[in-house]
Order: sequence, then structure tokens, then C-alpha cells
Amino acid sequence: MVPLDYYLILSAIIFAIGVVGVLIRRNLIIVLMSIELMLNAVNLTFIAFANSLGSMDGQVIVFFVMAVAAAEAVIGLAIVISVFRHRQSLDPQEMQLLKW
Amino acid sequence: MEISTAVFYLIALITVGSAAVVTFSRNIIYSAFSLLGTFAGVAGLYIFLGADFVAGVQLLIYVGGILVLILFAVMLTHRITDVEITNRAAGRIPALVIVGVFLALLIQTVRETPWVKVKEVAYQPTTAKIGDLFLENYLLPFELASLVLLAAMIGAVVLSRKEIKE
Repeated sequence: MVPLDYYLILSAIIFAIGVVGVLIRRNLIIVLMSIELMLNAVNLTFIAFANSLGSMDGQVIVFFVMAVAAAEAVIGLAIVISVFRHRQSLDPQEMQLLKW
Repeated sequence: MEISTAVFYLIALITVGSAAVVTFSRNIIYSAFSLLGTFAGVAGLYIFLGADFVAGVQLLIYVGGILVLILFAVMLTHRITDVEITNRAAGRIPALVIVGVFLALLIQTVRETPWVKVKEVAYQPTTAKIGDLFLENYLLPFELASLVLLAAMIGAVVLSRKEIKE
């Protein structure tokens, strides 16, 4: 039986990798992928707690997170494609038309 | 070492390794494909934790849906491999330092907190219980989630269609 700490530390590591991806990568699609990584880490935490507390609520909440993740991926990638169509670039630092 | 711990380490290694490739690889195709390793590894951990239905849904939604969608986006934005994906050095070191501190804090917190001792889990099917919870305690969030998905679907269609100039 693997103790709870292992899962929590593992998901902390995955979450940190996702944060690094969002911060240092300059490609919108990779940023979206890193956000998916972070959501997966959070889901793993939920399931680990659900398992160790013997409760089903954690597993149900994971489904809501998955629904939001799916919606986020769909809308995010649609935005990525239309941004690419207009500007021929995916660098988030170049998207500053609204910057004051 | 118990065999289950060894398997856990193996799956954890695959998961973290492919997550690192997703973030640090310079080739976006490699990133997209190693996302598969992370999703599958997390699904394996779900099975480890006795969440069989969630593991199946993870494979269906993430591997079958989101990953394919991401690959579509990668392929559709043509010339995407030519787009500069350089990491500017200026933002890189501070980001790594901050995230390193953050990770150390998280791990320290996890290690110092006296978690409830893990009970011996009786592995049993979870699908029926999840269904019951969806239709009892979580009925309103469940309906709201379907509304969110509908809005996302319409939004994606509106955003990605070709603009028609009249």
C-alpha cells in the first residue's frame, strides 16, 4: 500500500512542472498543455484523498474538473487557431494590441 | 520493496518524465505526444487508487479527446514548427527559482502534516456510487457542467469558423 504522501508529492511535482511550462514557454499551445498538466495533478490529489478518506466525493469532483478542462481545451485551441490565422504567430508576448 | 511500491515508482517515473518532456522539449510534436504518457500514467495511478471508472473516463476524455484536439491544433496551424519557440533567458531563471521554492514549500507541507493513516481499501466497483452522487448531492453542479459544455461547444464553433465578409 503506497502512503498518501507519495501521491501528494508526485502531484506537487507534476503541478510545478506545469507552472514552469506556463511561465517559461513562449508558445500558446504548450501553455495550454501545461495547464492540462496542472489540472491532471489536481485531479490526482482529489483521487488520492478520496481513496485515503474512503469517500466518493473526491471522485465526483474530478468529473467536474474534467468537464472544465475539456471546455478550456476546446475554447483555448479555437482561440489559438484564430489568433494564428490573424497574426501568424503564437507568442503570447506579441499579443499586446489591448495593452495600454 | 513491495511489488506495488515498485510499480508505483515506475508509473510515477513515466508520468513525471513525460510531463518534463511536455514542458521542456523544443519540438512541439514531441510535447504533444509525450502528453500521452502523462495522461496514461495518471490513469494508471487512478487504477492504483481504486478509482476504476475515473481511470476509464480519463483515458476516454484526455487521451481520446483533448490529446487528439491538441494534435489537431498543432497540425492545423501550419508552419507551426517554424514558429519560434525559443525560451527567452530573461524570464527563465526567475521562473525556475520561484517554482523551485514553491515546490519545496509544497513538499515540506505534505511531509510535515500528519495525514490520516491510509485504511486498507476494499477494491470495489465505484460506478454505481458515482452515479448515485451525481443524481443526489451533486445534481445542480452536474446540470451546470452540461450547460458549461454546451456553451463551450457553441463558443468553439463561433470562434473557429471562417469569417465571412458580406
